[in-house]
Amino acid sequence: MTDSEARRAVEAVWRIEGARLTASLARLVGDVSVADDLAQDALVAALEQWPGSGIPEKPGAWLMGTAKHHAIDLLRRRQRLERKQAQLGRQLEIEQENVPDLEAAMDDQVGDSLLRLMFVACHPVLSREARVALTLRLLGGLTTDEIARAHLVPEPTVAQRIVRAKRTLGEAHVPFEVPAGADLGARLSSVLEVIYLIFNEGYAATAGEHWIRLDLCQEALRLGRILAELAPHEPEVHGLVALMELQASRLRARTTASGDPVLLLDQDRGRWDHLLIQRGLHGLARAETLGQTLGPYALQASIAACHARARTAQETDWKQITALYDALVEVAPSPVVELNRAVALSMAYGPDAGLEVVESLLGEPSLRGYHLLPSVRGDLLFRLGRIDEARAEFERAASLTKNVREREVLRERARSTRTGS
Amino acid sequence: MRVLVIVKANKESEAGALPDKQLVDEMQKFNDELSRNGVMLAADGLHPSSKGKRVRFAGSKPTVIDGPFAETKELIAGYWIWQVKSVEEAVEWIKRAPFAKALGQPVPDDKVPEIEIRPIFEQDEFDRALAAQQAKVASKR
Repeated sequence: MTDSEARRAVEAVWRIEGARLTASLARLVGDVSVADDLAQDALVAALEQWPGSGIPEKPGAWLMGTAKHHAIDLLRRRQRLERKQAQLGRQLEIEQENVPDLEAAMDDQVGDSLLRLMFVACHPVLSREARVALTLRLLGGLTTDEIARAHLVPEPTVAQRIVRAKRTLGEAHVPFEVPAGADLGARLSSVLEVIYLIFNEGYAATAGEHWIRLDLCQEALRLGRILAELAPHEPEVHGLVALMELQASRLRARTTASGDPVLLLDQDRGRWDHLLIQRGLHGLARAETLGQTLGPYALQASIAACHARARTAQETDWKQITALYDALVEVAPSPVVELNRAVALSMAYGPDAGLEVVESLLGEPSLRGYHLLPSVRGDLLFRLGRIDEARAEFERAASLTKNVREREVLRERARSTRTGS
Repeated sequence: MRVLVIVKANKESEAGALPDKQLVDEMQKFNDELSRNGVMLAADGLHPSSKGKRVRFAGSKPTVIDGPFAETKELIAGYWIWQVKSVEEAVEWIKRAPFAKALGQPVPDDKVPEIEIRPIFEQDEFDRALAAQQAKVASKR
């Protein structure tokens, strides 16, 4: 086995075992930071030994065994230290006696440990950036280098972010547990938010940086799918997974070969990924069975599902989409959602209906500088034959967007109002 | 990346025999494990080739050939579609499949489980390859 073959094989095993190993170790030592170090040490040991010895028959068990040795050493050192201090001596002795059973116990609990790891990595005591970096590192099976490339920042920046995040968790004495009671809802929201953030970072990628950032979409989907298995009774988990599956189903249709964006209604639906659509619709059905009222993710997934079910853009059920936006505005009110609702209204009931909502948003401070507001307004005005006003709006939108290609499209629309084409 | 994981047919699968209960249970466990790890996208077993058709496009019109087909080793009994990071990851996963039980056992050659793993072309990969090919053709002209 050559070095590079061995390295690839180790990476493959790590991808499968890394998060489980870290989670089980964190449960054992009660500290995510120490667990991550132990897991990384085991990885380094594998990289050193496997090229010579070959891949062990049970690579997962090998990694766990190696890490566990170190963990037990660590526990014993702690124990001796604490014994010296004549504290908790007996209790730790019991802990030591139980050591041989640990492996079996850890196997049974691996799912629960993973879930705890997700909650801790997404703990609100951390900044959003830190949650994303730590989640990708501990659960995503991405190397620091890969995380850095995907975020278009230097590797030391990401490494620093991870070190600081681990320190923050330690200083805040965040327990390694699944939150219970009233806490659970808010903490789960944070986990879902982090996963969706990762997804959107990938989804928002433009051509050129495309391929590496798409990895983020895949990672987020993977994390979501794993979470759906770990917390199968949470409707919003299925809602989020469904939303991501449905959005990902359009990945290959939403840009031209040269990287220009293609709007949803102009996309070639034959290029949509029907396997992902099927999975998305299935996930949505699960969310619907579990929840009495749909949460924000399930509602957004339902909207995406309306598009997915329409065989042509003309067949889109805009009345249904409008109703879903009405519900979304209720549970997760935001000016951006209102703007989307306006578009749906205009498609279902004509441009007048949409324009009324858009006009009500003009004074909204959070939408000041948001190019889609004048862009949507321009479109509605154009459909109402108010051409001069429409042109002014397209020009305003073009001056606001930071995306070069989008600016071109908007300028072109402004120009085309002159020729009436 | 996605991979198609192909389970080759054998005499039994071609005879339409269902795998025994124990193997079915173990396979279910393995499939659950794949789902729990976000790897599984799809999985299906196929009817024997006796229920299949082949269509050959030669001569002036398509010819439809009824199954069963002879070359058992080239036939397919089932497949998975997995989302993985590398082909190596897929290989690691398949090593954990219940097929591994055949190892060290005196299994007749025609019953040795054989799995084939094939990366699926991603759409943009396909587009790029196509564009490169066209550019090559154009430069030769």
